[in-house]
Amino acid sequence: MSYWFRNDNRLPQARLAVASYVIVGMIGVLLLGFWKLQVIDSDKYATLAERNRVREIPIIAPRGRMLDRDGRVLVDNRPSFSVLLLRDDMAQVEKHLGAISDGLGISLDDLKDQLNSAKDLPKFQPIIIKPEASPEDVAYIESHRSDIPVLEMISVSRRRYLPDGFLSHAVGYVGEVSEQQIEASNGKLRPGDFAGKFGLERQYNDILMGTDGKRRVVVNSVGKEMKDMRLSEQEAIPGKQIQLSIDFDLQQVAEQSLGARPGAVVALDPRTGEVLAMASHPALDPNDFAIRVSAAEWKKLNEDPEKPLLNRAIQAQLAPGSVFKIVMATAMYETKAVPESFSVFCPGYGTFYGRQFKCWVYWSHKPAHGTVDIHKAVNQSCDIFFYTLGPRLGIDRISYFASKFGLGRRTGIDLPSEETGLMPSEEWVQRVFHRKWYPGETVSVAIGQGAVTSTPLQLAHLIGGIASGGVFLQPHMLKDAPNVGEEKFPLSDSTVEKITDDMYGVINKGGTGAALKLQDIEFSGKSGTAQVIGYTTRDRFAKQKKFLDNAWFVGYAPRRNPEIVVSVLVQESGKHGGEAAGPVARDIIKAYYDKKNKKTQGQYTTQTRPTEPPPEHKTKTTRAAVTAPRVALKTEDTASAATARPVSERER
Amino acid sequence: MKDAPGTRDYDWWLLAILATICALGVIEIYSATHGSSLSGMHLKQVRWLAIGFVLMFALSRVDYHLILDQAPLLYLLSIAALVAVLAVGHTRFGAKRWINIPGIGELLQVSELVKLVIIIVLARFFAEVRSDELDLRDLIKAGLLVGFPLVLILKQPDLGTALVLMPMVAVGAFLAGLKWQHAAVFSLAGILLVGAVFYPPVSRHILKPYQRERITSFLHPEEDAKGSGYQLLQSKIAVGSGGFWGKGFGNGTQNQLGYIPVRYSDFIMSAWAEEQGFKGVLLALGLYMALLLRLVQNAQRAKDRAGMFLVMGVAAALGFHVLVNVAMVIGAMPVTGIPLPLMSYGGSATLFVFLAIGLVMNVRLRRFVN
Repeated sequence: MSYWFRNDNRLPQARLAVASYVIVGMIGVLLLGFWKLQVIDSDKYATLAERNRVREIPIIAPRGRMLDRDGRVLVDNRPSFSVLLLRDDMAQVEKHLGAISDGLGISLDDLKDQLNSAKDLPKFQPIIIKPEASPEDVAYIESHRSDIPVLEMISVSRRRYLPDGFLSHAVGYVGEVSEQQIEASNGKLRPGDFAGKFGLERQYNDILMGTDGKRRVVVNSVGKEMKDMRLSEQEAIPGKQIQLSIDFDLQQVAEQSLGARPGAVVALDPRTGEVLAMASHPALDPNDFAIRVSAAEWKKLNEDPEKPLLNRAIQAQLAPGSVFKIVMATAMYETKAVPESFSVFCPGYGTFYGRQFKCWVYWSHKPAHGTVDIHKAVNQSCDIFFYTLGPRLGIDRISYFASKFGLGRRTGIDLPSEETGLMPSEEWVQRVFHRKWYPGETVSVAIGQGAVTSTPLQLAHLIGGIASGGVFLQPHMLKDAPNVGEEKFPLSDSTVEKITDDMYGVINKGGTGAALKLQDIEFSGKSGTAQVIGYTTRDRFAKQKKFLDNAWFVGYAPRRNPEIVVSVLVQESGKHGGEAAGPVARDIIKAYYDKKNKKTQGQYTTQTRPTEPPPEHKTKTTRAAVTAPRVALKTEDTASAATARPVSERER
Repeated sequence: MKDAPGTRDYDWWLLAILATICALGVIEIYSATHGSSLSGMHLKQVRWLAIGFVLMFALSRVDYHLILDQAPLLYLLSIAALVAVLAVGHTRFGAKRWINIPGIGELLQVSELVKLVIIIVLARFFAEVRSDELDLRDLIKAGLLVGFPLVLILKQPDLGTALVLMPMVAVGAFLAGLKWQHAAVFSLAGILLVGAVFYPPVSRHILKPYQRERITSFLHPEEDAKGSGYQLLQSKIAVGSGGFWGKGFGNGTQNQLGYIPVRYSDFIMSAWAEEQGFKGVLLALGLYMALLLRLVQNAQRAKDRAGMFLVMGVAAALGFHVLVNVAMVIGAMPVTGIPLPLMSYGGSATLFVFLAIGLVMNVRLRRFVN
């Protein structure tokens, strides 16, 4: 036995017993700790565990479609993919950044910028590095799933509009909601949601939008969704579709006939107020905004001198020119303040209130009108007659009638941002300029110049209403809309008869629109050529294009109680209304009657409707679909689709 | 010493308890790692356990007196090994704790073996004390004996292992006849030290930044939702959400979805508690209590004081491991990196426990032998 060994081998039994008690006490205390967590507070921790693993992912409700009056799809949705970059593992991200840049065609600097601006977001939250993945991108990501684990795709639903800006101003577009929209929505909208920003998309956003559903999914500790552990799903309620009063065939004629010229077209059914066509050029392709528009691009669009974002049909406020003479003539017939037999002599110019005014024939180097009564004055659009008539009627009467016919105020169409135009009056100059009305101003107003401005929609509304005997229906974009506003300003039968005969004569009895005559159709209307600035001033500016005349033509058919009225504005045409704008109106009216008489649909869409590719291939043909011909339309396929209002007419 | 002890002299109860705890560990390691990139880890653990059993039986055959004879040599070798680790050791997780054993290809955590040596050295030291009462001089000597390797281990840094040395001295001193007044003074000093660690102006000077962070996140887990406070919180959520009956084998969401940190090792009790509930905890902690009490019983029946000190040194180390690890799992102590003996995955730690139990067997086998 070793030297160090102690002989006395009594063990400290008491102290060993203490050690036993300490052990029992220790285990007991630990068990109490578990008891507290697992039995007393168990519910609390169960909730925390559930909150840990379950994340609610919104399911975006598809937006409702927009159909034309015959049920053809004007706006629907298309599936698309966005590329996500997962940032849980920044080392991996750094490692693959170069490959991602090459593979997806995003510059390295751009990627770094995007990562930088997201560095305050939680790590588990991926960022969208490419909102619209091309088929090549999808293939790239699929084939590099294993070696580049930080790329992911999500499918998103995007708005599909007809290409080339077709009907784009009326339809509008969607975009990420603004803070004001979120506040105004009572919690319905969240940041990042898409909502209508312009046009019908904005006007009927609540109907179109639907209610997002949600999917409860299990996520792991780094926030990755466990695909094999789905929980419950609350389905999205799709937005309702709306059926527009727009007729695709007429719209197409309007777009093509207006062509590349800046201007606008509005076609109304004055019997119902339904808008049959609405075009505004130049137009942008809203499919381009359906993805992502940078602030710089927005600024550029807003400052574009061509103003492509302006819906000229309801926002262009321009002098109506000679179209206004219909207001003058109607006021004259109705008030009888000046007898129908009243006539003046037009030598091509005249002096009023000490200033010389010229008739349009003077500028056009045409023979003067000679002796002119009211019928000839409308027929030939003689300025001298109306210069004379103006002061005789007086500004009070003129502005009273013009206001009753809807000038200077909104028509109330169901589109945001409609402009009012302006109808000057003595009260107006007093209020705005604090001065008296100059009698000379009445002379200018009498031919639709001076301070008078109107929108194309207002003129369609005005002419349609007068030709319908003074019944003005509120223009609207939805088919079979209930509770359409109606304003009545009953005109005497003789007034209606005379003014409509006059407008019939403009085209059919050798008037300024004689070249527009249509066989078997009582095509009537009034041209207008509105100065942008005085011609003498304009000549000083070497005839710059932006100071060229605006051409107007408002045409309708038949002669009384018209079924269709078309207002056309061609800006900076430098031509007379009858020449520049008239043919557009004629094309549309002709198309209307062709369609009505042949009782066929889509004769202008001569190419047969292409069969839509099956949905699963759609993603690959996204680009092709966008550049497809305008006629790439499909008919409403099922009656079960939720429509905002009954489509009874179509079903009949 | 000539006649070798028979198989019936082994503590079969102790072995049964040991095996059961190991089985729970392997089951939970499997549950925590299957289907993940770590799958198959339970098999590696089984391999470590097998090696452990062999080493345990081997160590039990060599008379512990012979081992105690070599205590000074073992002590010097340990110091040398610790210095070697600091010089040429292998760094993992920001700490230099491992040394590469040539030919095996496994990394050995030297401080685990040093714990074993300290148990032996302390047993030898306290057995040599000639009186029933421990005077201050002996106490200081014991402190120095442990203090030297303790500082070296702290240098690695490995606070957890360094801390384990303290209860070994404390339990040894207590059994060697520590005076109550000394006990009171050292308790006070201990309380002050703990207070200093938790008091930022002081702890700034004595703790490493990561250690201070662990203390802070322990005191204020909600301020540190993704760091080590997050680990403690997730562990508590796992334990609490298990409830009384548990979520069932392989069904712990905190465990399976990776919310529990190092769920196969330091936080294995958290995974076990989530899946097996309070009933499972009762079983596991019951087994640990039985193991520790069985150790004390073996100490009580030891042939001599040296044997008793050996066994109680082992009991002190294992008891402290269980206390600190389990208290951490329920959020009652900061994260220290001390594994749960026999259940946590880990080679060196498992071998330490089996070698320690081998010492206990050794003492037991020789209780009737002269």
